[in-house]
Amino acid sequence: MMQRIFLTLIYLFFAILPTFSQHEEGHSTHANATVHENEEQMHSSDHKAEQKFDPAGTAVHHISDANVYTILEKTFPLPTILYSKDKGVEMFSSAKFHPGHHEDGHQSYNGYVMHLGSVYRVNDTSFPQVGSAELPEHAFVTKQENIDGKMRDVHYVQFEGKEFKMDPRSTLDGGILGGGMTSFMDFSPTKNVVGMILVSLFLLWMFLKIAKRYKSNPEKAPKGMQGLIEPIFLFIRDEVAIPFIGKEKYMKYLPLLMSIFFFILGLNLFGQIPFLGSVNITGSLSVTLVIAVLVFIIVNLSGNRHYWSHIFWMPGVPVFVKPLLAGVEVMGLFIKPLTLMLRLAGNISAGHIAILSFVGLIFIFGQSGASLGGSVLGTVVSIPLTMFMMAIELIVAFVQAFVFTILTASYIGAAIEDHHHVEEGHH
Amino acid sequence: MTGTLAALGAGLAVIGAGIGIGLIGGKAMEAIARQPEASGDIRSNMIIMAAFVEGAALIAILLSILMA
Repeated sequence: MMQRIFLTLIYLFFAILPTFSQHEEGHSTHANATVHENEEQMHSSDHKAEQKFDPAGTAVHHISDANVYTILEKTFPLPTILYSKDKGVEMFSSAKFHPGHHEDGHQSYNGYVMHLGSVYRVNDTSFPQVGSAELPEHAFVTKQENIDGKMRDVHYVQFEGKEFKMDPRSTLDGGILGGGMTSFMDFSPTKNVVGMILVSLFLLWMFLKIAKRYKSNPEKAPKGMQGLIEPIFLFIRDEVAIPFIGKEKYMKYLPLLMSIFFFILGLNLFGQIPFLGSVNITGSLSVTLVIAVLVFIIVNLSGNRHYWSHIFWMPGVPVFVKPLLAGVEVMGLFIKPLTLMLRLAGNISAGHIAILSFVGLIFIFGQSGASLGGSVLGTVVSIPLTMFMMAIELIVAFVQAFVFTILTASYIGAAIEDHHHVEEGHH
Repeated sequence: MTGTLAALGAGLAVIGAGIGIGLIGGKAMEAIARQPEASGDIRSNMIIMAAFVEGAALIAILLSILMA
């Protein structure tokens, strides 16, 4: 009984602690806002918009890639490699931007600025293009503008009383996802790249250690890390590789399947650790695109005669159906990796957004710190919901890694299968 | 306006996929209850079928993101 009361008290303490600090912080920003409004009446509407909590924007900022690695309030700078046609390649540390709260840079460097962790370029000769320049408080303004019939966010930076348009980095999506070619390209190793390198090094170290033990003591019972990994490894081999690819050929594809499984699982779990930069690596479409394209290339390179005949000239159906089926099958060829890519990124991103929305409840109920009772209510509602969601996400991390592997195995299996039933169907 | 319609479309796609995956999961559970020794095969086939259904929904959601 005593233990229970003690636990409840600890829980309440941690539940109320953040709301108090939030309360004070909210008051101070509120006071700032009124001062600003008195100073410059014309910008008052912008400041009101800034003060209001924007759950969707916050969630998107937290799941997107960044040029700095932030753990709690501490920012770790990363190398920044930028290329623009007129200025060539530039390399410097992202500490030059002096990133502060919300990963907004306090200084510009060589005409580049940092907003919400991303590098933007101010392509304007009246903006300082060489060296660093101090930016004012609340320098970044986002406006909705109509571009090609769609409402898009356009970012501006305020400097010496003027507003400058900021160009986002170039993306190769051809403008479909709101990007396109702009005045510069960003080749920096970002937060996601650093996360991937860390996880890869960890996996390498772990598997080399385990392999060494198998080599030195092949007859002994597994222990430690080996005991954790061996059942998972055997499960993938016995339930995924052998049934789908076949006993004779599975050894050739086992390294690929294991790499995909443990890489995705490692990244999923790494993104799950709270307060560790909340990296969303497998939720990023670029990362899953590369894995899916790799699977696409390997499946189609290992496809045999039967596989291609089933795509372009399906046996066992009337001739007039064959071209129709060929069209569908060729589409299926590309839809398979596309869904692989979308499924993983969508599931992981959706989980992160759900957790962030539940955390955002605190700020919505508390009106960004203006109402203490609301914050307490929000915290009490938010903590169990967040913990429930994180438990679900833990399952999703395993399931999605498993689904990606099992689908890869089934695509490979379909590509290299010897179709005995084709000959049987003819007699 | 297009944003609202796109959101509705994404929601409808999720309803379809939910019904489909629910049917697959339910039938797989029934099959496992009838034949527990085949649960391994049934489970992996269930996941592949669910993945196909999910694929259609994912394409619909992607389209609605592009439309928004």
